Amino acid sequence: MPLLEVSKLSKSFGGLVALNNFNLDVEEGELVGLIGPNGAGKTTVFNLLTGLYKPTGGTIVFDGRNLRGRHPHQITKMGMARTFQNIRLFGNLSVLDNVKIAYQVVVNYGLIPAFLRVPPFYRREENIEKSSLKLLEIFDLKKHAQEKAKNLPYGEQRRLEVTRALATNPKLLLLDEPAAGMNPQETQDLLALIKWVRNEFKLTIILIEHDMSLVMGLCERVLVLDYGSLIAEGTPQEIQQNPKVIEAYLGDEEVAAWE
Amino acid sequence: MQKKHLSVLIICLALGALFAIVQVGISNGMISGYWVTNLFLMGINIILAASLNLINGFTGEFSLGHAGFMAVGAYAGGVITTNLGLPFPLAIVVGMLAAAVAGVLVGLPTLRLRGDYLAIATLGFGEIVRVVLMNIDYVGGASGLKDIPDVVNWPIIFVSVVLSLLLIKNFVRSSHGRACLAVRENDLAAQMMGVNITYYKVLAFVVGAALAGLAGVLYAHYYTIIQPKEFSFLLTFDVLVMVMVGGLGSLTGSVVGAVLLTTASAFLQAIPELRMVIYALLLIISAIFRPQGLLGEKEVTLRTFQKLGGVFNATSGSKQTQ
Amino acid sequence: MQDLLQQLLNGLSQGSIYALIAVGYTMIYGIIQLINFAHGDVIMVGAYVALGAALMGFGFIPSLILAMITCAILGVVIERVAYRKVRPVSRLAALTSAIGVSLFLQYTMMYFLGADIRSFPADILPERTYTLGGVIVTNKDLLVLGTTLVLVIILQFIIFRTRTGKAMRAVSFDGQAAQLMGINVNYTVAFTFFIGSAMAAAAGMLYGICFNVQPLMGLMPGLKAFIAAVLGGIGSVPGAMLGGILLGMTESLVAAFGGSMYRDAVAFIILILILLIRPTGLLGKGVQEKV
Repeated sequence: MPLLEVSKLSKSFGGLVALNNFNLDVEEGELVGLIGPNGAGKTTVFNLLTGLYKPTGGTIVFDGRNLRGRHPHQITKMGMARTFQNIRLFGNLSVLDNVKIAYQVVVNYGLIPAFLRVPPFYRREENIEKSSLKLLEIFDLKKHAQEKAKNLPYGEQRRLEVTRALATNPKLLLLDEPAAGMNPQETQDLLALIKWVRNEFKLTIILIEHDMSLVMGLCERVLVLDYGSLIAEGTPQEIQQNPKVIEAYLGDEEVAAWE
Repeated sequence: MQKKHLSVLIICLALGALFAIVQVGISNGMISGYWVTNLFLMGINIILAASLNLINGFTGEFSLGHAGFMAVGAYAGGVITTNLGLPFPLAIVVGMLAAAVAGVLVGLPTLRLRGDYLAIATLGFGEIVRVVLMNIDYVGGASGLKDIPDVVNWPIIFVSVVLSLLLIKNFVRSSHGRACLAVRENDLAAQMMGVNITYYKVLAFVVGAALAGLAGVLYAHYYTIIQPKEFSFLLTFDVLVMVMVGGLGSLTGSVVGAVLLTTASAFLQAIPELRMVIYALLLIISAIFRPQGLLGEKEVTLRTFQKLGGVFNATSGSKQTQ
Repeated sequence: MQDLLQQLLNGLSQGSIYALIAVGYTMIYGIIQLINFAHGDVIMVGAYVALGAALMGFGFIPSLILAMITCAILGVVIERVAYRKVRPVSRLAALTSAIGVSLFLQYTMMYFLGADIRSFPADILPERTYTLGGVIVTNKDLLVLGTTLVLVIILQFIIFRTRTGKAMRAVSFDGQAAQLMGINVNYTVAFTFFIGSAMAAAAGMLYGICFNVQPLMGLMPGLKAFIAAVLGGIGSVPGAMLGGILLGMTESLVAAFGGSMYRDAVAFIILILILLIRPTGLLGKGVQEKV
């Protein structure tokens, strides 16, 4: 059984169709790329999967359970995590607190221990702190643990977003243009990081990306969206030769990236 | 860990000393009646400011309903002791519960509203409470609830303030407090990190409201007479000024803000207009130059005093060498 | 039936004052998304200026114009000093500043002129009443309706027939895009405050003639006018008119048939209901937030 089964998913805003009859099955352990010109509906897919938008039609089944009517935070708890295209860290909080908040999906305690500091409090707080620091260490951010997240350099903010998403202990990770705004060197580092994370954390990943080199170097399967519809699906090689895809990108700045 | 125990000890000793000095001052009349009243008011204001800060500063919801929550607490508590003749501790419990329920009733429907709309809606709630109270004869209507037992003394105020602050501090520095901060910082990302933002927004309202209710019960049982018109939104603005001066998201800041502004208004008692003009200017100035509050979101800790001490030592030391 | 008509007429008169205030609120909110809390207090300043002029012997129209010009300038100054720097920082900081300006105007006025309740001299409008099918109409009602009508027509002309009006619409649609198209956004915002505050001053004078003048007089009408603006759909001038008149009429009816004590709560109940049921208001357009 696939980890994620999306069938006939649609979303329209007023009269505008942002996504039309979108189907997608993702097996456990897969790394799927989602590409398409600007405004093709890629981020809409993520917003629907994570419950931020209510679909106009269609179903999403994740880990054997239908997501209809579930709130974003519930979906996160079921094992789906994401990063944002435009970074959305908790800017004024410390790097450590950013991760702690996410890790609270895994370990938490009730209100009474919080107000009165009775037993589960200290033990679980220690657990949250230790695990968060460990995660920060893995991603080479421990040295910044006490800094405000907004003061980190851009590349490290991106890395913190990934770290924070992983802290929720996801089965499925959605990465929305993780390489946006990065230089080629940073992109290469990111590529290595994603590969490593995937193996280390046994993750399934869906990746939205503009940077073709990243998608081609990373994904086993690529889906192409245009005007809210799926126009092609296949291995990176197949996609590169698909005339429909080339047409969709023709005249777009992305054409340059194909060379 | 040992250092932590030491600072807890120092804080406890300082609080104990503060309590004892004021208690002695009150009982042998060294503190005049006027200043005793202001001292009690200071305590009530600290609770109000700290609890409003929990909603506005820590959770980032702009509420202007604090006077309403306080009124609910004051009247519910007053009814318990005055109309029903039941003991004061029950008044505290009922007052806080009633205000907490009001917090849910206001919080739940209005929290989908964005910032400034929420501000006006909560302000409207406060006004509705006031108008409704004016129309209930059981609690004295417009002329107010009178002959409330005079039971609030310095130990009660002191313990209430310390416990309120302790509760808020424990809450803020727990996983739940962090979740509130996450809602403030970025509610979209907070949802994606598994934070139930509805729950935490309502929770902040409920806790903040319950403590405002406590302040109301204390207020009612100190002044022994309460009138609906006292709980207009001007009272909320007073508290807002304290929070803004002390810093959004700084608990100790709220204490400082409440102490400073209660003292200032005690001195300006004779010219209340001037007091309000100064409050107004403080709001404008802090909004323009320090949107996080005049003193920022930093907490005052023992280390702050150490630093101050360090500066003092350094300067006095340099004087000696000269 | 006559009772009902009478109440509706009273409500219409009161409602048109709300409408005049709400127009300013809605224009300012439309253009900079700020609840200009001090708008109600501009009414109060307008009422005092008009009162001063009337006491010095000026007639209705000269007093009105003087009050409108003074408040228009006051509005521009408020925007420049208290809002311009704060707006880009955060909306809540701007709201805090607006609350500060509101308190400042109220209590500065009280400090200098005292809290006494003052009235306009009776000779500015010798009271006359007419009976129309059993409904009593005073010349005050007619004055309020007439002034509101004239001012709103002028306003519509400015918004839809002048270059600056076009700029106002552009900035309220998308400030950044307007700036890129070469529109001077700061000037346009200032102009909006200029017009909105002038309207508020007119409302202040009318309110003062109908009731009285005191430093806190602007508070309640100001808040209620904001609610009227939300009811009509914030950002929409016709919506503000509609909301103002509906609110005025509802209040009159509640006061007459339900109990005058609850009059002041009506507006806030309407506010909470409208925010829950139809947050965009009666004539407003929905906006989808981009994720």
